[in-house]
Amino acid sequence: MAFIPHTEADVAAMLAAIGAARIEDLFDEIPAQLRVKSLAGVPEALNEMQIGRLMSERAAADGTALSFLGAGAYEHHIPAAVWAITTRGEFYSAYTPYQAEASQGTLQLIYEFQTMIARLTGMQVANASMYDGASAMAEAALMAVRAHRKSSSARILVPTSVHPHYRRVALATAANQGLKFEELPYNAQQGVVPAASLERLAGEDITALIVQQPNFFGCLEDVDALTDRAHACGMFVIAVVNPTSLALLKPPGEWGTRGADIAVGEGQPLGVPLSSGGPYLGFMTTRMEYVRQLPGRIVGRTLDSAGREGFTLTLQAREQHIRRARATSNICTNQGLLMTAATIYLSLMGPQGLARTAAASHARTRELVAALTRVPGVRLAFAGPCFHEAVLQLDRPVAPVLRSLAGRGILGGLDLSGYYPELGNALLVCATETKTSADIERYRAGLSETLQGARAA
Amino acid sequence: MSNVPEDLQYTKSHEWVRTLPEGTLEIGITDHAQQALGDLVFVEVPEAGRVLKAGESCAVVESVKAASDVYAPLAGRVLAGNPRLAAEPETVNTDAYGEGWLLRLRPADGALAAAGLMSAAEYRKVLDAEGG
Repeated sequence: MAFIPHTEADVAAMLAAIGAARIEDLFDEIPAQLRVKSLAGVPEALNEMQIGRLMSERAAADGTALSFLGAGAYEHHIPAAVWAITTRGEFYSAYTPYQAEASQGTLQLIYEFQTMIARLTGMQVANASMYDGASAMAEAALMAVRAHRKSSSARILVPTSVHPHYRRVALATAANQGLKFEELPYNAQQGVVPAASLERLAGEDITALIVQQPNFFGCLEDVDALTDRAHACGMFVIAVVNPTSLALLKPPGEWGTRGADIAVGEGQPLGVPLSSGGPYLGFMTTRMEYVRQLPGRIVGRTLDSAGREGFTLTLQAREQHIRRARATSNICTNQGLLMTAATIYLSLMGPQGLARTAAASHARTRELVAALTRVPGVRLAFAGPCFHEAVLQLDRPVAPVLRSLAGRGILGGLDLSGYYPELGNALLVCATETKTSADIERYRAGLSETLQGARAA
Repeated sequence: MSNVPEDLQYTKSHEWVRTLPEGTLEIGITDHAQQALGDLVFVEVPEAGRVLKAGESCAVVESVKAASDVYAPLAGRVLAGNPRLAAEPETVNTDAYGEGWLLRLRPADGALAAAGLMSAAEYRKVLDAEGG
């Protein structure tokens, strides 16, 4: 759709039609004392040449470090075709058009995204995407409270092995809506939640259990046992999953005997660059029986009056433009552009390509862990299997070590001491298919020199 | 002109209440309400055992255009939601005062008297005032 700005004549005609003299008059309801005349601290506008130069200088200051940092955002190879296609004019306008059905191409693309996400997660229905993985998890907790008709407690069990930022977003989003988030501790040896820890809660009214797979530490939870125990206790199961990992791991729709009830996740690994943390996209899926409680937009395939196939927004009756304050959500949206990139990424990679990416990432992480734990003073924190991340423990505080590595052009991972003080000098590291053996050796050598240098000093 | 049976009581928000022989109540939405909503595609009824306050949202009736709340005309404990509506929501359109009932309720003590329900004649005046 072309974007054609209004001409001065268009604006004058519209003002004349409603009897206003100037555009400014449309805002006369706002009292003068509430209007901001100038923005103190905001510098004057720059022209295109100046802003281009400023941004280039800022980007150069970031450098192009060799990154072993994951923790929720993952550096994967993005085929050049993904963004060449995504940035075509037909796709580049990211927002859902107001007359949605006029944009059949956009709707078909969303429909394909929903289909791919539903198949990847093994779930029956997906929505058109969410802001990001963290907000999708918060929406999943709210949805569980609406959909679980037999539970009235609004208690949500959240293992501390779930991403700490996701837990904070859930609290910020839903705690004021009456949801009670209760922490479930992980096992210190394995880094996962023992299914037996649900035993002591048997007989209580708990709405849902959240399970992240792989969890924040990169460890693999016993999802089958957790799902079955939670269902036996009358809880919903909310899965938080990494989409790349689903090419190898059991999808949430097949967890345990009945599968997860809601599955969400961060879609960034599917063709979206790290971009200093966003924008990303969330995805959200559920069973068909709960589709009316699924927030956000959903596209359906249908036939028009002449019997031709077409695509349409469906199940809108509980969206905010109709149901206002009582909508399923008033704080979610479809991340149109990122969803477009993810759909093109998935279609280019195919199931085999995604599985190869996942397997290569797992192999590189094993190689990284083996290399780094050969360095004196470095040990692996948890014994169990992992996907493409692992927690290491150092014999000294992590922050100075990371600073030293940064000086060598290496982002060494995430210092966990602020998030998990009980883990001591813990460091979360990640390697994807983008890392070579030479990269891993460069990290090992840099870490070894840093630790030896500090020991000698 | 919509159908307003004489033997029922009504609310301004277009619910009807039928007193059953054993003192329990049956609740639904009026013929006027189902006409205004259009063809229903989904009806969500409350679980048995739920305790309702007067005026609390207790059911949702959803047409292709909108999902609307149904409010409890009075306080009480839900005895049953109509199980038929999960598969056949259109029953509310075809038989609003019969098979299309939404829930059965045991009223809290004194709740029926306190609810201020209207007679059929009074409800007809409400509809006339709304132009219905």
